[in-house]
Amino acid sequence: MTEIPKEEYILKCTSACAGCSTSLILRYVLKAAGRDTVLVIPACCTSVIQGIYPNTAMNIPIYNVAFAAAAACASGMSEAFSAAGKKTNVIVYAGDGGTVDIGIQSLSGAFERGTDFLYICYDNEAYGNTGMQRSGATPIGARTTTTPGGKIHAKKDLDGIVAAHNPPYMATACSAYPQDLFKKVQKALSIRGPKFIHILAPCPPGWRFSSEKTIEMGKLAVKSGMWLLYEREYGAVTINGPSKAAMIKPVPVEDYLAPQGRFKGISKEALAMLKSQAEKSAKRLKLEADGVC
Amino acid sequence: MLTIATGNKAVAAAVKEARPSVIAAYPITPQTEIVEQIADYVTGGSLDSRYIPVESEHSAMAACIGASVTGARTFTATSSHGLLYMHEMVNWAAGARLPIVMANVNRSLGPGWNVWAEHTDAFQERDTGWLQVYVGTVQEAYDATLMAFRIAEHESVLLPVMVNLDGFVLSHIMQSLETVDLGDFIPPLRLPHAIDIEHPRGYGTLTGPDEYFKFRWDIERSMRDSVRVIEETQKEFGKRFGRSYGFTEDYRCEDADVLVVAMGTLGKEAEVAVDNLRKEGVKAGSMRIRWLRPFPELDIAGRDVVVIDRDYSFGWGGVIARSLKAKYRVEPFSVIAGLGGQEVTFDDIAGFVRDREPGKEYWFGVNA
Ligand code: SF4
Repeated sequence: MTEIPKEEYILKCTSACAGCSTSLILRYVLKAAGRDTVLVIPACCTSVIQGIYPNTAMNIPIYNVAFAAAAACASGMSEAFSAAGKKTNVIVYAGDGGTVDIGIQSLSGAFERGTDFLYICYDNEAYGNTGMQRSGATPIGARTTTTPGGKIHAKKDLDGIVAAHNPPYMATACSAYPQDLFKKVQKALSIRGPKFIHILAPCPPGWRFSSEKTIEMGKLAVKSGMWLLYEREYGAVTINGPSKAAMIKPVPVEDYLAPQGRFKGISKEALAMLKSQAEKSAKRLKLEADGVC
Repeated sequence: MLTIATGNKAVAAAVKEARPSVIAAYPITPQTEIVEQIADYVTGGSLDSRYIPVESEHSAMAACIGASVTGARTFTATSSHGLLYMHEMVNWAAGARLPIVMANVNRSLGPGWNVWAEHTDAFQERDTGWLQVYVGTVQEAYDATLMAFRIAEHESVLLPVMVNLDGFVLSHIMQSLETVDLGDFIPPLRLPHAIDIEHPRGYGTLTGPDEYFKFRWDIERSMRDSVRVIEETQKEFGKRFGRSYGFTEDYRCEDADVLVVAMGTLGKEAEVAVDNLRKEGVKAGSMRIRWLRPFPELDIAGRDVVVIDRDYSFGWGGVIARSLKAKYRVEPFSVIAGLGGQEVTFDDIAGFVRDREPGKEYWFGVNA
């Protein structure tokens, strides 16, 4: 068992919604990173979760910056700390909108330049902060306030885009597997250069499920193969235990979709697309893990 | 040391002297030479800075913001569309009270594509909380860049400073330049709100109306304080290095009946016009505005004023002419000239003075 430190860096009385997995993820990320850490956040749910000035729910410095700018801001911060001889961890903690949409240019730039930082995208698959509008990470078929009939475009392959930058370490994680998440953050921070972790963050109001089901939803995402847990270290892929098991014996995708109001009335075509995408991703990943491609 | 340099090279030389620890920049015409020269200094080892070659101007300012909040001295340079692309972060830098110094090589805005001098780019950042200085010579570009660090980083200011120089007519022409040995003219930066792991704080968090309002007032208070800091800094610069500057550069203004008010290189050009007009018996003077923010107090009452704006606020008028009209209740002859690099000679300026019509607006070279 991994020892998870008792120190808390996200304090009680945050302004998160009931059952929010984003705050849960943040709790473990900071426990893994420790005190000598600065968080850089663009506009996202965490802008609210951290509390309102002059108070803060954060027990580490947290720097808020404009939506498109987080990775670039972290580049400057990381260089300045290193010029001053400090080892401080610089972590971008950004939602899917700030990552796959408006922030992708600065993310790409920082990765290309080899910035020494960790970029975490917590993915609740919509603009949660502003009341659930579609993002490039919203899956096909999901209803949001700007896709009331269900989204007609597929989820952007963020991991594929990041992988193309060849960072020394990248991984996926899910709020329902905190031990796995904790270890990945620790490993990422032990490596120099740009690191990336993409974390699925089930969101009760956005996905329209009841708030006590947050962990269950995360588990179903992984067990149904709709979310794959893996690591890519210097290009070599390792599929993690829960996803390996899911590849052998998955639970039906319908079991994952049924409790979520956002997929209510999903069309046959969208459902078929969702399933075939998940299958394709799993197949490709397996080939990579086996060293075939 | 006495040498010759372009305006761009002069800015880069001043940056080398001021030794920022982080420089983040993206190249754009006509600023390019500044970042090329800085890259060369860093690569050659004569400047010990981290140079971040960012992918956009938005990121350039974001990187400066990230570095500055750790307490590091930072610099960037841009121009025209680069500045506009950066606009969101330009606001952020001032709101976050970060003493970033930026050179902006003034250039017009498209369409049509035009890379020549105009002040409209920087004027679009007038209300962001940045201090703005406009220079008229290569030497001044160098001196103003040095002073910008000291002013921005002063504990009563802690606001970013933009040094503006006209594209091509100043950025690319060579004039003599005397560089200085800076000594302790710029003290080490001590940022009271720098990130401190021992004292974690939330920066830029959600802020209600009352607190937000206080932050805005705090920027204005520092703007007002900056008047004194600019005066002191310019005075001390003069004492140490022998070149002194004011909020305006006044040329033969004392006994003048008519004043030409302009900025940047057109303000310098006006001095030649003044000499020629004096020979004709016209008592003219040139008052070149150097600081746009904070806006200076001008001694113009009771005289004819000819304002040359190398800018325009559509549906409103030349910005400087309108500002003077509002502030001093004068009726200037408002000349709009030099947009998109239009050539304006000292003869043209003398013509504006001779043919002035107080209260009128005149678009030079255009059938208005
Ligand atoms: S909208 Fe979703 S992700 Fe955002 S705070 Fe609420 S539960 Fe968390």
